[in-house]
Amino acid sequence: MKKSKSMTLNFGPQHPAAHGVLRLILELEGEIVEKADPHIGLLHRGTEKLIENKTYTQALPYFDRLDYVAPMNQEHAFALATEKLLKIEIPIRAKYIRVIFCEIGRILSHILNVTTQALDVGALTPSLWGFEERETLMTFYERASGSRLHANYFRTGGVHKDLPTKLIDDIDKFCETFPKIINDLEDLLTENRIFKQRNVDIGLVSKKDALDHSFTGVMLRGSGIPWDLRKSQPYECYQDLEFKIPVGKNGDCYDRYLCRIEEMRESVKIIKQCIKNLPKGPVKTVDGKISPPKREDLKQSMEALIHHFKLFTEGFRVPAGNVYSAVEAPKGEFGVYLISDGSNRPYRCKIRAPGFSHLQAMDFLIKGHMLADVPAVLGSLDIVFGEVDR
Amino acid sequence: MSNQKLNKVEKLINSELSNKIYGSEIKFEELLFKTSASEIIEVIKFLKLDDRFKFKQLIDIAAIDYPNDEKRFELVYLLLSIENNIRLKISIKFESNEKIPSIVKIFPSANWMEREIFDMYGIKFTNHPDLRRILTDYNFKGHPLRKDFPLTGFNEVRYSEKEKKVIYEPVKLEQNYRNFDFSSPWEGTKYLKEVKESKKNEKI
Repeated sequence: MKKSKSMTLNFGPQHPAAHGVLRLILELEGEIVEKADPHIGLLHRGTEKLIENKTYTQALPYFDRLDYVAPMNQEHAFALATEKLLKIEIPIRAKYIRVIFCEIGRILSHILNVTTQALDVGALTPSLWGFEERETLMTFYERASGSRLHANYFRTGGVHKDLPTKLIDDIDKFCETFPKIINDLEDLLTENRIFKQRNVDIGLVSKKDALDHSFTGVMLRGSGIPWDLRKSQPYECYQDLEFKIPVGKNGDCYDRYLCRIEEMRESVKIIKQCIKNLPKGPVKTVDGKISPPKREDLKQSMEALIHHFKLFTEGFRVPAGNVYSAVEAPKGEFGVYLISDGSNRPYRCKIRAPGFSHLQAMDFLIKGHMLADVPAVLGSLDIVFGEVDR
Repeated sequence: MSNQKLNKVEKLINSELSNKIYGSEIKFEELLFKTSASEIIEVIKFLKLDDRFKFKQLIDIAAIDYPNDEKRFELVYLLLSIENNIRLKISIKFESNEKIPSIVKIFPSANWMEREIFDMYGIKFTNHPDLRRILTDYNFKGHPLRKDFPLTGFNEVRYSEKEKKVIYEPVKLEQNYRNFDFSSPWEGTKYLKEVKESKKNEKI
């Protein structure tokens, strides 16, 4: 018999299962993957460099374009970092609104991930059902911020505008109907024989490996480490809310899928609580040096006019210092390490994207698996190239 | 995270690593230690393996460029201890031609982080298994996040209908990138005075 030679296979960058522009160089021994070398950077836009050249207000929209599946969660990290440097506390209503939209972002991201992961292993229907719900959620984004994706809604000092009352009712209605959709998705997938065959015991991660490879979010919890920044280092009003952290047992693709499904249910609970207890009051800090004045005031007050002019030309200045603030984004810990030199522009803004560390472990995860498992593992990593490449 | 807990950890680490740590501070409820490039491996190894600290997760490595300083670059290692729920920053400063020991052996996840820093700043790491560019294009030249690298870059890329392939050309802008200085001249903060003075010197 002839001895087989290893073969190098190029996967992507244009491949439907690559979830964007990933180029994987796979070394195969027959159908077994010996080595995977991800080539990333095909979506690199130099976000960090651009941010250094913009004022804090102008830098915020770049965060929508990182993980474009859950835009507001990214803005949140940057807003928290600037607020920490400015030492301002945002109004309580803004905190609740932020939490509502963070959880909507989590549902947006998890629907996309769960359904496309199913698509990668052969199930078409979940994505059709899931995307209908994503559309509804994106109209919520649009009604709050004016934009379906690139919201620019979480500003330093609060949120851009108050929510229309009708919107709050509609989100509440969504919370009533959505759990049924999750059940329907679960009916299709959770006990599905093919789905289980493709995911159970694939891409196993032990607790130690998860820590060593800087896994966060579902990748860490799927391996049985109960760690969620919303519980352990609560920000905004998460400490006042009741929710559970789903934790996996085996650390395989299937457990991560189960965690995501369960997290969507918890998110719905969080949104419901926030709507029920939504306090009244302002939605951004009243400090005129940081948040822009109301439109009505511009016609009446000279001070408001000056503030408006200064804020949209010079922007506000942030005291010198360096802070790291992180949020539990749908994909894991999304952090911003912000260095200010006291001027109106960030001196350095390092973005810590969870997907970067997760994709890095691809070689470790896929070694010894079959070629057909590549899309399954990749799907469960929850990669979005906007944030990996930055 | 309470300040008390941070103070305790700060003291403990300072006493354990007294000859390796050159300074520490707590600002914005965040703990920062300063050490040197030659000690970084020992410091991180100790913090990861010691049973009292258990900083078992490397969150990120951030590089910062200070072109006017003698020690031009700074690296900040962000560590997290899940058991103790504490974050930690370790900073090292060094000159631009210095090589930094890689920590890939301690944290495998440092691999890409160090590659990214090499790509963006041109900082070299010793004992790194695979120090290639990561985010920039194949055959890219220069280190884009250095402060002296222009925002617009040097080359642009487009599809040429004539040559039927993607080609690289020097950047051509219809209008130069305009960097407006909006800092208000009547608020005499220290930062602005410095800017003004430097401009005066330029004129002379």
